[in-house]
Amino acid sequence: MSALTYEIYVPRDASALSLGAESVARAIAAEARTRQIEVRIVRNGSRGLFWLEPLVEVVTPAGRVAYGPVTARDVPGLFDAGFHKGGAHPLALGNIAEHPYLKTQQRLTFERVGVIDPVSVSDYVAHGGYQGLRNALAMSQAEVVQAVTDSGLRGRGGAAFPTGIKWKTVLDQNAPQKYIACNADEGDSGTFADRMLMEGDPLMLVEGMTIAGLAVGATQGYIYLRCEYPHAYRALKEAIAAAYQARYLGADVMGSGRRFDLEVRLGAGAYVCGEETSMLESLEGKRGEVRVRPPLPAIKGLFGQPTVVNNVITLASVPVIVAKGAQHYRDFGMGKSRGTLPIQLAGNIKHGGLVERAFGLTLKELLYDYGGGSATGRPIRAIQVGGPLGAYIPASQFDVQVDYEALAGIGALLGHGGIVVFDDTVDMARMARYAMEFCAIESCGKCTPCRIGSTRGVEVMDRIIQGIDTERNLKLLEDLCETMLQGSLCGLGGMTPYPVTSALKHFSEDFRARARDH
Amino acid sequence: MQALAQAQREAVLRILEAHRARPGALLEILHGVQAELGFIPAAAVPVIAQELNISRAEVHGVVTFYHYFRSHPAGRHTLRICQAEACQSMGAAALTAHVKQRLGVDFHETTPDGRFTLEPVYCLGNCACSPALLKDEELCGRVTPERFDELLAEWQRDS
Ligand SMILES: Cc1cc2nc3c(=O)[nH]c(=O)nc-3n(C[C@H](O)[C@H](O)[C@H](O)COP(=O)(O)O)c2cc1C
Ligand code: SF4
Ligand code: FES
Repeated sequence: MSALTYEIYVPRDASALSLGAESVARAIAAEARTRQIEVRIVRNGSRGLFWLEPLVEVVTPAGRVAYGPVTARDVPGLFDAGFHKGGAHPLALGNIAEHPYLKTQQRLTFERVGVIDPVSVSDYVAHGGYQGLRNALAMSQAEVVQAVTDSGLRGRGGAAFPTGIKWKTVLDQNAPQKYIACNADEGDSGTFADRMLMEGDPLMLVEGMTIAGLAVGATQGYIYLRCEYPHAYRALKEAIAAAYQARYLGADVMGSGRRFDLEVRLGAGAYVCGEETSMLESLEGKRGEVRVRPPLPAIKGLFGQPTVVNNVITLASVPVIVAKGAQHYRDFGMGKSRGTLPIQLAGNIKHGGLVERAFGLTLKELLYDYGGGSATGRPIRAIQVGGPLGAYIPASQFDVQVDYEALAGIGALLGHGGIVVFDDTVDMARMARYAMEFCAIESCGKCTPCRIGSTRGVEVMDRIIQGIDTERNLKLLEDLCETMLQGSLCGLGGMTPYPVTSALKHFSEDFRARARDH
Repeated sequence: MQALAQAQREAVLRILEAHRARPGALLEILHGVQAELGFIPAAAVPVIAQELNISRAEVHGVVTFYHYFRSHPAGRHTLRICQAEACQSMGAAALTAHVKQRLGVDFHETTPDGRFTLEPVYCLGNCACSPALLKDEELCGRVTPERFDELLAEWQRDS
């Protein structure tokens, strides 16, 4: 690269693209050609400040200076202002690393997301990548598993099960073949951390899975990716090909003589396939019907063999733990929630995006200090934490801390860390109806309380919304919820009552006094 | 059941050949067929079943289980509008009503000119830029009804 080549970053992240990043990149390339300015355009991930996307960064002696949100129409003016040298412009945001939204975060898992070229192995390694795998290769299998246990890492997919214990179970099995299955189904509304990581630093997931494979003795990994994520699919395919090319995957991982193979498999639009046993059925090419447990997947998983099933963020947390030590990771967080959590601020929020912080922040800090309040400027009335099976939380409880136990203490759950914000125009009876409807649409059909109960739930909610026989129907609703809670095989049927009953508990005025709808 | 056209049959066999050696590849094969033919013709089911040595009922069961797979031809483009909570909080219902009215179709229907098939989808991972929709593989964020009209005009210019 000549000294006069300017380095410009334009995200390839799906959300940035959804706001026009592709046409911005094209406009920059075209304008640079016309002006005979030499530029190298790198397509990075997103920093996760989505109200500023498309966010363009240029490399200057004073760090990476950002401009945003940029449209293709802004590009000639940006060149006039000398933005490629960090020139002043109304869209200029200064050194992006100093932006308060980012500067106050504790990015362990998302450290490189938005920073590097996601599919370049050399860029990954230059930013500390593959140090974890290097360390792991010098450790015994039991030592790697112990490090993951000691870090306190709990599964980030929703159930928060200790990752080290799961790995130990798989390590202890004697089997001809073991598998690592990454759950990249990310079906919860309000979540996009897996997507951002797979698009912005996919090699970190690849490294985490490779470490997992070595640790438990699995030579084959699968990433089960939802088909709604075509951009993540491309990024993963490119990253995996690059890792094979550089011999970080394949028959001789980093010259160790040990094998790990990895491929991506696409889902086909079924929410329940995020449930781990349903995902395994789907990976085997079958209907995604939930399996009865036991046996646990760690004992009899994919194709009947011992299988580690972990979420994307869980696996992507492993390289840092093995590179910097369990203690380093453990030092973040509170109580039994150790490390950091990438929280996703979504829906009706002014500054939507990704906030990675140690556990322990309050909802209020997230919603107002980071989020800046609602997007519409109206009061925030309710939030849903943890996806479509998560409880609704009223503003009176925003002092609670983000931590598995603290949220459980108010009858809520953290799930995959998504927070969906609603302003005071929301009709909570309609949200309760939607929860039932979603369950009816997505039920795998195996248990009656889930399959039939959710359909009945929609009918009952319809009557409540019409103000018909309210008290009797509310009683019916509560009975239905109880039946689903008790009689469902998996969380889809078993947890749909959470959003429904929490909406009713905290916002009962929306369920009663519906006469106005007539 | 309409028989497979020669070209369709060849495509299905080619896709089967490419994936057959991979364990549990039925979903991959169905994705391949739908990508190539636009849908999974009923007559492809026995071909796939025979080649994989599984029952027709099993293949049919998989096709019908997953929302993404379809057994009937669709329009040249598929529009998937997000119906999930984050998009609802930013006006997905109004957007959906607007799109249905503009295109003159309901969900799972195709416009008379064969251009668009409309489908619901539950989260596109674009929940900080709601409401969202996916046109084929093009993701769009903060889609107000006005923005949708602009996009529609662009798409109609392009095809
Ligand atoms: C209905 C349902 C949907 C789920 N969806 C996902 C998902 O999309 N991604 C995920 O990682 N876990 C999901 N889970 C949790 C998984 O069953 C499982 O606990 C997780 O993949 C284990 O990985 P972890 O320990 O790393 O979290 C879901 C669970 C249920 C009941
Ligand atoms: S609760 Fe619902 S989704 Fe889960 S196994 Fe039962 S029927 Fe299937
Ligand atoms: S809820 Fe619509 S994109 Fe996630």
